[in-house]
Amino acid sequence: MAELKTVGKPMRKKDAMNLLLGKPAFVEDVTPRDCLVVKVLRSPHAHALIRAINTDIAMKVPGMVAIYTYKDVPKKRFTTAGQTYPEPSPHDRLILDQRVRFVGDAVAILAGENEKAVEKAMKLIKVDYEVLPAVLDPHTAKDNPILVHPEENWEALCPVGADNKRNLCATETCGEGDVDQVLADCDVVIDHVWHTKPCQQAMMETFRTYTEIDPYGRLHVISSTQIVFHVRRILALALDIPKSKIHVEKPRIGGGFGAKQSVVAEIYPAFVTWKTGRAARLIYTRQECQTAGSPRHEMEVHVRLGADNNGKIRAMDVYTLSNTGAYSEHGPTTVGLSGHKSIPLYTGSLEAFRFAYDVVYTNVQAAGAYRGYGATQGIFAVESAVNELADRLGIDPVKLREQNMVREGMTMPAYYNEPANACALDRCLARCKEIFHWDEKFPVRDMGNGKVRAAGVAMAMQGSGISGVDVGSATVKLSDDGFYNLTIGAADMGTGCDTILAQMVAECMDCDLDNVAVFGADSDASPYDSGSYASSTTYVTGKAVEKACEQLKEQLCKLAAETLGCQPGDVEFTGKSVRRCDGTAEMTLAELATRSQCSNTTAVQATATHSSPVSPPPFMVGMAEIELDKETGSVTVLDYKAVVDCGTPINPNLARVQTEGGIVQGIGMALFEDVTYSDKGRILEDSLMQYKIPTRLDMGHLQVEFESSYEPTGPFGAKSIGEIVINTPSPAIAQAVYRATGLWFRELPITPEKILMGMRSKQA
Amino acid sequence: MEIQLKLNGRPVRDSIDADTLLIDFVRAHGCASVKRGCETSNCGLCTVLLDGKPVLSCSVLAARADGHEVQTLEGLQAEAEEFVSFIADQGAEQCGFCNPGYVMNTIALLRENPDPTDDEIRAYLAGNLCRCSGYEGQLRGIRAFLNARNAKGGTDRG
Amino acid sequence: MLTIKRYVRAQSLDEAYTLCQKRSNVVLGGMLWLKTQNRTVDTAIDLSDLILDTIEETPEAFRIGAMVPLRALEQHPGLDALTRGAMAESVRHIVGVQFRNLATVGGSIYGRFGFSDVLTLFLTLDAVVELHHGGAVPLADYAARPYERDILTHVVIPKQPGNVAYLAQRNISTDFPVLTCAVAVRGDGVRCAIGARPMKAQLYTGDPALLAGGITPESAAAFGESIAAEVAFSSNLRAGADYRRAVCPVLVRRALLACKEEA
Repeated sequence: MAELKTVGKPMRKKDAMNLLLGKPAFVEDVTPRDCLVVKVLRSPHAHALIRAINTDIAMKVPGMVAIYTYKDVPKKRFTTAGQTYPEPSPHDRLILDQRVRFVGDAVAILAGENEKAVEKAMKLIKVDYEVLPAVLDPHTAKDNPILVHPEENWEALCPVGADNKRNLCATETCGEGDVDQVLADCDVVIDHVWHTKPCQQAMMETFRTYTEIDPYGRLHVISSTQIVFHVRRILALALDIPKSKIHVEKPRIGGGFGAKQSVVAEIYPAFVTWKTGRAARLIYTRQECQTAGSPRHEMEVHVRLGADNNGKIRAMDVYTLSNTGAYSEHGPTTVGLSGHKSIPLYTGSLEAFRFAYDVVYTNVQAAGAYRGYGATQGIFAVESAVNELADRLGIDPVKLREQNMVREGMTMPAYYNEPANACALDRCLARCKEIFHWDEKFPVRDMGNGKVRAAGVAMAMQGSGISGVDVGSATVKLSDDGFYNLTIGAADMGTGCDTILAQMVAECMDCDLDNVAVFGADSDASPYDSGSYASSTTYVTGKAVEKACEQLKEQLCKLAAETLGCQPGDVEFTGKSVRRCDGTAEMTLAELATRSQCSNTTAVQATATHSSPVSPPPFMVGMAEIELDKETGSVTVLDYKAVVDCGTPINPNLARVQTEGGIVQGIGMALFEDVTYSDKGRILEDSLMQYKIPTRLDMGHLQVEFESSYEPTGPFGAKSIGEIVINTPSPAIAQAVYRATGLWFRELPITPEKILMGMRSKQA
Repeated sequence: MEIQLKLNGRPVRDSIDADTLLIDFVRAHGCASVKRGCETSNCGLCTVLLDGKPVLSCSVLAARADGHEVQTLEGLQAEAEEFVSFIADQGAEQCGFCNPGYVMNTIALLRENPDPTDDEIRAYLAGNLCRCSGYEGQLRGIRAFLNARNAKGGTDRG
Repeated sequence: MLTIKRYVRAQSLDEAYTLCQKRSNVVLGGMLWLKTQNRTVDTAIDLSDLILDTIEETPEAFRIGAMVPLRALEQHPGLDALTRGAMAESVRHIVGVQFRNLATVGGSIYGRFGFSDVLTLFLTLDAVVELHHGGAVPLADYAARPYERDILTHVVIPKQPGNVAYLAQRNISTDFPVLTCAVAVRGDGVRCAIGARPMKAQLYTGDPALLAGGITPESAAAFGESIAAEVAFSSNLRAGADYRRAVCPVLVRRALLACKEEA
């Protein structure tokens, strides 16, 4: 293969300098200030029926324009999950409902000329609630007589095992081999339950949307979203208006991590604008983000892991109880990853597995999509179980993994029988062991004054897009002077996909990166793309870019041949020009561009669409060194080393920063980020004052390396990177804590209090 | 009430409410770089310089800035450009939403301590949250800038 | 949401004092805590024009104006020398530099917040609060009083020989503390304050006799236990009472030993 010029290079992100210099780029910066301010009145009860709601006094506040209640909205149910239609998430929402299902659920939409008026009016709305008993414990949700969704028009569009009369959002069992029999035959069985919390994406830009009626009478939506096309469809369903009446675009997005893969904020200003004809804007407060957003699914993962005394992992039985909260968003799908992206890591030796799950409705904040999407929860459990097994057998956990891990060329039964065509997991483990100095750091070291140092390890995998579902498209166009326009429907949310996809164009078209201008995402202008989620953009949309470039080259050759009076087969594309193979004539790209704009019938614009029947997993190894204060329980992360196999890193800088960012989010999940409720179901960590994400003093030193593999179905051999990177810290740190204390913590976050009190009760 | 202050070198006079916050005031006066990320003074996104000192503009009454000097990133482009390209070269800008606050506080840091150690950088910027980058790339960027500057013969300030 | 109807930059302490007699009026400190509250303020009284933002040094004391930001405490060479670095240590974990440029000494002390690092340390420094009408009040007494409608103008820290150490337990850096501990060892004995219990900081005597033979790891540990036995702990979102009780003697012991090391 020819040496790559742009792909594989640490190119600067195209928007980097403008972002760093604070130029206007985000929803609130690029939309007019003089629009209606929209706010949402929220339920103080976890479960209640609205007996009566009086907005008359509130409407008298000067500046108030409209207040809407459940009486004013369409009665067709929908889901806000940004998924390909028909969505696996049951349709269980109305814009506003007479039944409120969690503390923070929407009760009324207010629109006014200014913030003060709306704030004042909100206090004056009188709501008479019939407070109902709530389902707050996911353990008792299934078949509980209290139903979160008793309504008759609740509807599951896909066969996910959902049943609203049982509080079930999804259920399934699958497997291969006789897991009970193999487990019975095992020398050792690790059998525990691991619990993770509904962690928050906590992207710095909260949810926000601007809406207006455009000159054609259509609803124009400018929103911070990862999914412009799904937003269009979901808004049309919710508002009960034709999809042709909606135009959705995104400016720069201030972080998403999956949060903005649900239609969290868009519906409210859209409804106001559609009703009033006036421009409107809703900016979520941080408190709304924390209490009415779309966090990770709380899960309890029960693992039974069987092995022989030599460390051969023979069977795995995984049952996940997932709490989707009040609504179904991403409930039936996230849970699948808790088994399908944890069990296959041990394909190397596994004789049998079973994976079963229940996803239940409860009266707490609805969950959604958060980086890792269920794999994070499952990997915490399975990797912790493997670490416990290593300890039980007295085998080094790295050696145990070497013995059992999935390797290139294997077929993974627990991963839908997909092949591991590109898998450098073994090299990742070997390299990580080397740079981490595992053999020196795994032994526990006493530092004096109550402090000990210890280490832990974990592996991870994820997918690259949703196989057989996700669609990526790209349009590449030759423009004046011979530059290219790349138009996409994927959403750069800071990840750098605009630049990464442009690097692919530059590579395919043999030009400088500066010669490629990127535009996206816009439901009117962009070719269809499912959106940026499920680690799909580089892998799926990237392949579409490759294809589109090939088509464009053919078009350019055709146009040049027409002009030069020869056959397309007589010319070749050189990057700067198209020339006759015999060297007798040539047209530069600029000449071709000019030519294409006068008396021309040959398009110099190609759109290609791609979908993949497989979802090749990236792989990763993470190792953590901590210092633990045995007298206070404090944990300090000193060093985190990670080696990642994302296939070909298209942009090593951006891949590295994705990894570092994911690791720090993972450290937050492992040690700090907690969600607890009052006895009435109110979330207590409802601000960045109470929900503590890591600062730069809390993450130690990070070092990331790549061990490349070549994925034959990916663009330039690439797989994905965006999600896998959050998966290793929890199990690695939990193991390090065990090494330091002798205690396995199976519930996150692992706080100083849990550690110290755990050590005390062990001594007692 | 009426206030008058110097915003990025220009005198600005305006009528405000007693509880108008400085962040909303400067955004209304064209300084869109100043971002709001929380309601509890925890994120650092809204950092501006008030009489040269970095403060959280979400927690300052505009009235309190009456008669004082306020600078935002809009007014410090040249000073920022000196070092932010090094951050861009790491890919550490990521989504960019935290960038203005973090860049403003880095300006304050480098004015106060032109040649900080890594630990001093971490400590000074601890109040600037970032959810994308994992911070390490931001540090690499600043370190690369300092190294490049020091290799060229040190700082003109230090 | 905080609503303020009127803003007044007081031109004299008397004016500020008169204004603050009204229940619905509030004296502004750094406004950081106030801002998180859902309340309506009639008149916000700003002391910014009253030159209360300086730290004066006399042969006997440091006199710290109420409007001095915490960042200035952190960076003050005289306070650093007096407290052997404990002053900076007590505030450097508070959110961030931008926050500490706003948060004021007066706000921190007047507020008598449970989470206050500053109150904890200042108690062991034998600080004295100066009130415009109430005059000088020892901080230990002031901290125990209900909120008065007076203007806190200065906090005075007497210069005393001895060693000081400050330690706090936090779940994560820059968060509110789970427990705070300040210890001063002077010729006349040991002063120990425990805060973030999560109730506000107080001075505790413990059993000083345990230290009669000098500060050793063993005597310091025993003294720490005697302090913990005296302190009332409670629970909040960040930790339970039992955890605080368990950590308290550790912090006291470590602070005592740090004081000894300084000596």
